[in-house]
Amino acid sequence: MPGQRDGMRSELELTDAVGEAVLEAVRETDNATTAIDFDGLRIGQDEDGYVLETPETAHDGLTEADLAAALESAAPYVTNWHFWERTVGGEGTARRAFLRWAEGASFDTDGGASDDSSDPDSVLLERHDALESASGVVRHWGELELRTRLADAEIDQRGEPGGRVYEIRHVDDSAEPLDGLERYDDPREARDLVTYDDRGRYRPLKTAPSLVSGWCFDDLSSSEFVETIRAIYPATIANWHREQRGRLDVDHWIETAERQSGIYDVIDELPREALEWVTEACCVDSQCLKRRKWHFDEDDELSTPGGDGEFPCREPCSLVIAAARKWTILESENEKTWELELTTSEMNQLAEIVDAVADGRVDEIREADVYDGANRYRARYLRAKRLTDGSLDADQTDD
Amino acid sequence: MQALVIVAHGSHLNPGSAQPTYDHADTIRDTGAFDEVREAFWKEEPHFREVIRTVESDEVFVVPLFISEGYFTEQVIPRELRLEGWDPDLWDSDGTDASDVSLAVGDAEKVVHYCGPVGTHDAMTDVIVQRAETVTGDSDVGEGFGLAVVGHGTERNENSAKAIEYHTERIRDLDRFDEVEALYMDEEPEIDDVTDYTDAKDIVVVPLFVADGFHTQEDIPEDMGLTDDFREGWDIPGEVDGQRIWYAGAVGTEAFMADVILERAADAGAELGDALEQVQARTGGTPATGD
Repeated sequence: MPGQRDGMRSELELTDAVGEAVLEAVRETDNATTAIDFDGLRIGQDEDGYVLETPETAHDGLTEADLAAALESAAPYVTNWHFWERTVGGEGTARRAFLRWAEGASFDTDGGASDDSSDPDSVLLERHDALESASGVVRHWGELELRTRLADAEIDQRGEPGGRVYEIRHVDDSAEPLDGLERYDDPREARDLVTYDDRGRYRPLKTAPSLVSGWCFDDLSSSEFVETIRAIYPATIANWHREQRGRLDVDHWIETAERQSGIYDVIDELPREALEWVTEACCVDSQCLKRRKWHFDEDDELSTPGGDGEFPCREPCSLVIAAARKWTILESENEKTWELELTTSEMNQLAEIVDAVADGRVDEIREADVYDGANRYRARYLRAKRLTDGSLDADQTDD
Repeated sequence: MQALVIVAHGSHLNPGSAQPTYDHADTIRDTGAFDEVREAFWKEEPHFREVIRTVESDEVFVVPLFISEGYFTEQVIPRELRLEGWDPDLWDSDGTDASDVSLAVGDAEKVVHYCGPVGTHDAMTDVIVQRAETVTGDSDVGEGFGLAVVGHGTERNENSAKAIEYHTERIRDLDRFDEVEALYMDEEPEIDDVTDYTDAKDIVVVPLFVADGFHTQEDIPEDMGLTDDFREGWDIPGEVDGQRIWYAGAVGTEAFMADVILERAADAGAELGDALEQVQARTGGTPATGD
């Protein structure tokens, strides 16, 4: 109920600075009928004086002093305007669109696809309630859980009434109390978090689903929030925004491959069918959280699923290019027919070993689990029995 | 608004490769001279290809954290940044003279001021000297010391040797060290014979590389005889053939490198305010060559 909401929010007071910013905006546009028209707040003037409207209230014929006094009754709208227009700014930027998306607000999609509300004017108070609640507004971005809340105090530490504070944590830590997590506040510290996986191995691909958990960035400003995400998943916000606006510039495989030079010059010779295997190896959701938008070329789609990620992948990445070079060279070899002695179980065991390595499951196989073909003792036994100098004892049966 | 983008090689295998890039970017961020500072990589993210779209500024200064002009600065980076109308002749360089060129890009409405690599800027000479000071812990190091500047050599790129020789000559002109030599990993005169090329009792060895990696942390120390096995480390100074080797590691890790990046951007028209002074104060750097 609008009335109830107004009652709940009567505690949100405007600072002089916010009130003054509104009056300044109104004075700057003294000939215009509308000085502010934002998220349901409209302030302007007509021949009778100043006008202030929200979906719940309407005042007209106001003097400047009346207007200043009336702003209090529309505090959620006024502080919301101030946050977006004076703190965030950046009209048309990816940063602004992302911050809007993060709290479930409509944003400029420039005609592209969007999850906008069709009638944003009516939803500010709902959004305000969600932002004010203990859990805030939660979104997921790759393996990140993003939380936007109104500042705890009516006036937050940055002197911004109705300002936002942001939190970033791993989705796996969703239910963890803050105290149970390593807390950070400097976006630069995110670089260390993304460098190694939970086994201490270097992560060359930032969007691999191997981000460590157990940490939290809290109490971030909007710019720190965006900067932290930029360190964790570089360029994802910019490309997502282009996609939202229907302007994502996708470079398909063959364009990207033909562009390469030096040692990567060869990759445009990779067979078409091999590209299916490349994408199955590198690009599916279990390996990368970007949603692959590129195919072999515009008219030749790959059958490998592109994934369900929030942010798009607009061209083969450097890891795919580097791996594709190796596969191009390997695919230039001729197939041969081999003859070797294996029992049926040994043949199946080879498949089990390949499968375990491909799924990164090797370390999960228990030491004494000799029932798993990829168990270390099983593999060592097979090697002792069937390999000589690291190679299978096999004979080529054709020329 | 103006942005600085530092472009570097990065690595799929070595997590330390990008560290100098981040360190120098942070130093420059803290000066506040640029509205935005970004790092971009060939082998890491954000890739060269996708960095320009991440800045809001209309003017973008791109400084390659590379040692020499060549394949990366002339082909790969311009192509991946989508520099429109790029041609290496625009730099009008014989291998060490590239300054900057301003071009549009294909994926954003921005002007990119594409700068020459840090490795060939005059200020790099100061960083090499600074590196010698850092490794010896002596801000007056010079008398009684030889200095060897080490490069990859010509196998991959002839301009690589030009950059080494350029700075070697400039340091000689300072008349500060007893001897200054240019040595290479894969051509004569070779770093393996460092003690044959220098008579001084103490020799500072500074590899002209952007980041520490296999070459600077494995090959060069072993080639010089500083250690038999890089995994066991080496002493600084370490003794070889009765001479003392002060091995500095990659010059690109020197904090004063941030100064060269700024100088590159300034040459291309970036407004720096007092950023150069701030960086010099923070990194203890002093322009040894007086420019």
